Amino acid sequence: MPEIKVTPLGAGQDVGRSCILVSIGGKNIMLDCGMHMGYNDDRRFPDFSYITQQGRLTEFLDCVIISHFHLDHCGALPYMSEMVGYDGPIYMTHPTKAICPILLEDFRKITVDKKGETNFFTSQMIKDCMKKVIPLNLHQTVQVDDELEIKAYYAGHVLGAAMVQIKVGSESVVYTGDYNMTPDRHLGAAWIDKCRPDILISESTYATTIRDSKRCRERDFLKKVHETVERGGKVLIPVFALGRAQELCILLETFWERMNMKAPIYFSTGLTEKANHYYKLFITWTNQKIRKTFVQRNMFEFKHIKAFDRSYIDNPGPMVVFATPGMLHAGLSLQIFRKWAGNEKNMIIMPGYCVQGTIGHKILNGQKKLELENRQTVIPEYEPGWSLEVKLQVEYMSFSAHADAKGIMQLIRMAEPRNMLLVHGEAKKMEFLKDKIEQEFSINCFMPANGETSTVATNPSVPVDISLNLLKREMALGGPLPDPKKPRTIWRASLRLVSPEQALKELGLSEHQLRFTCRVQLQDAHSDSDTHIRIYTHLKSVLKGYTIQHLPDGTVMVESIVIKVSSSPEEPNTKVLLLSWSYQDEDLGSFLSTLLKKGLPAALSSM
Amino acid sequence: MKLYCLSGHPTLPCNVLKFKSTTIMLDCGLDTTSVLQFLPLPLVHSPRLSKLPGWVSKDGTINLEKELKECAGRVFVDSQPEFCLPERELLDLSTIDVILISNYHCMMALPYITEHTGFTGSVYATEPTLQIGRLLMEELVNFMERVPKAQSATCWKNKEIQRVLPGPLKDAVEVLTWKTCYSIQDVNSALSKVQLVGYSQKVELFGAVQVTPLSSGYSLGSSNWIIQSHYEKVSYVSGSSLLTTHPQPMDQSSLKNSDVLILTGLTQMPTANPDGMLGDFCSNLAMTIRAGGNVLVPCYSSGVIYDLLECLYQFIENANLGSTPFYFLSPVANSSLEFSQIFAEWLCHNKQSKVYLPEPPFPHAELIQTNKLKHYPSIHGDFSTDFRQPCVVFTGHPSLRFGDVVHFMELWGKSSLNTIIFTEPDFSYLDALAPYQPLSMKCVYCPIDTRLNFHQVSKLLKEVQPLHVVCPEQYTQPPPSQSHRSDLMLELQPPPMPYRRCSVLGLPFRRRYERIHLLPELAKSLVPSEIKPGVSLATVSAVLQSKDNKHTLQPVPKPLPLPPSKKRKRVVEEPPEVLAPKPLLSGSVPLEAFLAVLHKVRVSLKTLNTYLAC
Repeated sequence: MPEIKVTPLGAGQDVGRSCILVSIGGKNIMLDCGMHMGYNDDRRFPDFSYITQQGRLTEFLDCVIISHFHLDHCGALPYMSEMVGYDGPIYMTHPTKAICPILLEDFRKITVDKKGETNFFTSQMIKDCMKKVIPLNLHQTVQVDDELEIKAYYAGHVLGAAMVQIKVGSESVVYTGDYNMTPDRHLGAAWIDKCRPDILISESTYATTIRDSKRCRERDFLKKVHETVERGGKVLIPVFALGRAQELCILLETFWERMNMKAPIYFSTGLTEKANHYYKLFITWTNQKIRKTFVQRNMFEFKHIKAFDRSYIDNPGPMVVFATPGMLHAGLSLQIFRKWAGNEKNMIIMPGYCVQGTIGHKILNGQKKLELENRQTVIPEYEPGWSLEVKLQVEYMSFSAHADAKGIMQLIRMAEPRNMLLVHGEAKKMEFLKDKIEQEFSINCFMPANGETSTVATNPSVPVDISLNLLKREMALGGPLPDPKKPRTIWRASLRLVSPEQALKELGLSEHQLRFTCRVQLQDAHSDSDTHIRIYTHLKSVLKGYTIQHLPDGTVMVESIVIKVSSSPEEPNTKVLLLSWSYQDEDLGSFLSTLLKKGLPAALSSM
Repeated sequence: MKLYCLSGHPTLPCNVLKFKSTTIMLDCGLDTTSVLQFLPLPLVHSPRLSKLPGWVSKDGTINLEKELKECAGRVFVDSQPEFCLPERELLDLSTIDVILISNYHCMMALPYITEHTGFTGSVYATEPTLQIGRLLMEELVNFMERVPKAQSATCWKNKEIQRVLPGPLKDAVEVLTWKTCYSIQDVNSALSKVQLVGYSQKVELFGAVQVTPLSSGYSLGSSNWIIQSHYEKVSYVSGSSLLTTHPQPMDQSSLKNSDVLILTGLTQMPTANPDGMLGDFCSNLAMTIRAGGNVLVPCYSSGVIYDLLECLYQFIENANLGSTPFYFLSPVANSSLEFSQIFAEWLCHNKQSKVYLPEPPFPHAELIQTNKLKHYPSIHGDFSTDFRQPCVVFTGHPSLRFGDVVHFMELWGKSSLNTIIFTEPDFSYLDALAPYQPLSMKCVYCPIDTRLNFHQVSKLLKEVQPLHVVCPEQYTQPPPSQSHRSDLMLELQPPPMPYRRCSVLGLPFRRRYERIHLLPELAKSLVPSEIKPGVSLATVSAVLQSKDNKHTLQPVPKPLPLPPSKKRKRVVEEPPEVLAPKPLLSGSVPLEAFLAVLHKVRVSLKTLNTYLAC
């Protein structure tokens, strides 16, 4: 029996370094190829040696698909393709193809130039890797080879994020990547049609959360920013360059405009300016409202938000700063944080999820004193052994565009999968969601750990060619509207689409007729013709829904069964019934012979 | 399978395909050449036009002074311009299930088809086609509505009267079906029925037919369509180009193995080379500007204009035209320029890679930024204060009958310093200029039509090898003006099937097979036996289930197991239900074995008879 196998190399009961292997219909597909933000050693990348111990991956993989540009989904791509070795096709959407190399380069710079790591991929490798990328359009059916096809759906999460359907014959798998089921200020909601995949592989970052309405969260966010600015404090918002940053910028921009606020808003330069430009060019990937109005007013041209310069860190007075990276694990956001952390008037707002091991994660857990334990968060400016008192207010606001439990259930309802498989979440939370899914939808739900394989048996139907004449003939049997209660049986459809007559003819075979005959003796004190009528009436009352005829020569016919009566002049009351039927009516024929053996009821009127 | 042809215009087609009980309209082009019979609609009062003499028949019996005006020996209808619609009587438009749009020029009749006709289906188009098509429709409505005409002329359409009118009015066809422009409400309502599709997206129609748009290389989001079932394939080719301009290149390989290929939208200028025309355009433009004249370019607001601007972007500096203002006037100028920059997915490879940088894919962004190109919604407002001469003006409509171009014709027509350069191939430039005669302005005709020419199309057809080709009759003979050019027609084996307006063609293929699925349980129960080498046979008894045009064979349901409480006797009294028939008996009978079995049976028969006698 055919089966589909799913093995996460990363993101199995974990968040980070998403990398999932799928084997379907003899094809092997890698879904995402991410890095883990919480590690700086080998665990940073998925363990590709699972695929092969040595040599290149090309011959083991039919294609690689990247769902979106976040590094935990594409960060290991150049390592995989250039250092481990893979020359096959890599698919991603246009915005992902545009933005992904920039983030990779940025990541490389931080790792190699700042942390001084060697044995890492180079700029050239990123370029070579991107040459293997084939862009993917939404809803386009891409034929990877004769059998394997993939199709991308809108996923919301970030600009260019996609869910992918992978299909071989009638078997299919849908991988969601990260997605968001509620439209936000700049992106639309994820959508998929009722494609009924054999397995739906879904992220489950917020498996146990059901978030309050977005409006409340936004109001909360604005209130906190407003209060801090009013009392002269500084607000630091660590973000990823693309995604939440743009949404929050739109939010603050409109708020500043409405409230006529004067305090400056800064955006750390470099990536982010460019990022806004990407949003302008890929406006078709944003939400309905922005797309509709972009000619009059492009939402990504900000009036109140200016570029940040490192020297502004020590400026007096209130300000709001968006700085990268989002988890405070390195770079400018960490630098600013260090300067502002000691003042309780200031505030840091963490608008997204922080991976374990990052400073972001620590302060969110209420840690008030930070120390540098090992080289995990090394930034050259800081000597080993530094420590930091956290006095500023720490706020967490979930603006991450992940589906919450409600959203995941909603997607299941949309796609109607036969099996569910959870990745990209914490094991405990997954467990909870798994129970809920199995209860509500009565489908199997898997949650394999990294390196563990989940297998789903599929039961594909067999496509056959049927000759149109045969099909039409059989469909016409039921009249124009087939009676739903009475299924028609179709008989004699040969496997290669031809009708039986044709098949016999083509093969030079002849059809055999097999007939059964049988004599039944019966005591009946009537004339032969009266007995005929009595049999006819009797059968008519017993056999409902059968064609029963009384032929002019006296014979009674039930479907193809012939019944004849004869008697000898010596014993006129002893009738001999001759029954004859074809093999096709064997059931009915033997029933009739048994029935008639019991004789005719006396009460039969002779009409 | 039938094809109903509702339009006779080869590049503005409107055909309806009936295939497997679905009714599919392929494009709904609006033939706008009819507006050439009308007087231009000036934006500001034109003394010249209002003083034109009315027309009275030579013998004075027919007086249509109010409706018809004479200008330079030709007669024009003085009324709101009207368009020649696709045929609406040939079949009931409310029975159409879907409309497939191939490019934004071929959808301009959409509101006439979907509104007030009982149409309840949906329309499929790519996103750029929808957005730019909307712009062009809005522009058309705007052009018409901002200069409303009080009177509408109808008398001249009377058959008896039209017969005696001077040509070309006399020869105008289907005049009774001509209609004035739709309203913006109709446009919005019609476009709300559009469902967006992407290239190579497989769209299922009622489970019976699958339609797929393919890149056609002609304009932003332009597509050819594949209409197929499991066994039959129809390709619809409309407005395709193999030249490298801004759109994504044409997808040719997917057209292979078609049973029927419907071919429309070939170039209207088979003898003009687009590259050469582009060169002529630039040199004429530079010459006029250097001589102190103005250049007027009547054009559509989207399409070739992007290529013209890109060409000028490189040309301006070299030709030392850096200080010459370029104006683009249209109610949708800004939208058109903005929209062109956001469809990266639909652009050629070069332009796509610019977006990755990120830079705008079209260089007109830079022309606008450096103030070399300015755009305005109309001649009123800001434009009148910014206007400097000599200059280059791009504006519509290319028919010269409405839009801002009418104003510039009146303004610049009298000076031989000025030049009008025609780049759109849809209208004869002589006819377009007729109501402005006598004219001193220079006229240059550089029609740029990037669609397939006859040479390219015969190469393409050789490549994709359709079994049959259907095309407008115009393509089966050389153009009337060049009747000796046998290379300007389609010569194929078997010859193409020509159609004209109101043709109904029976397409030559028979459906013989249909796809059916055997459920795995049923498939497992089959026992094929090899009848001869390579041929195995198994008889199938199954229940046919047909749902949404998908057919499945299921195993015959087993009779319910007998409830144990019932006595066997009772069962016999129930007639057997109609169940799976016995297998088909065929093949050779092994005689020896058969006789042996018969022998045994005879014994048992005897036993039976003895039993009965008791």
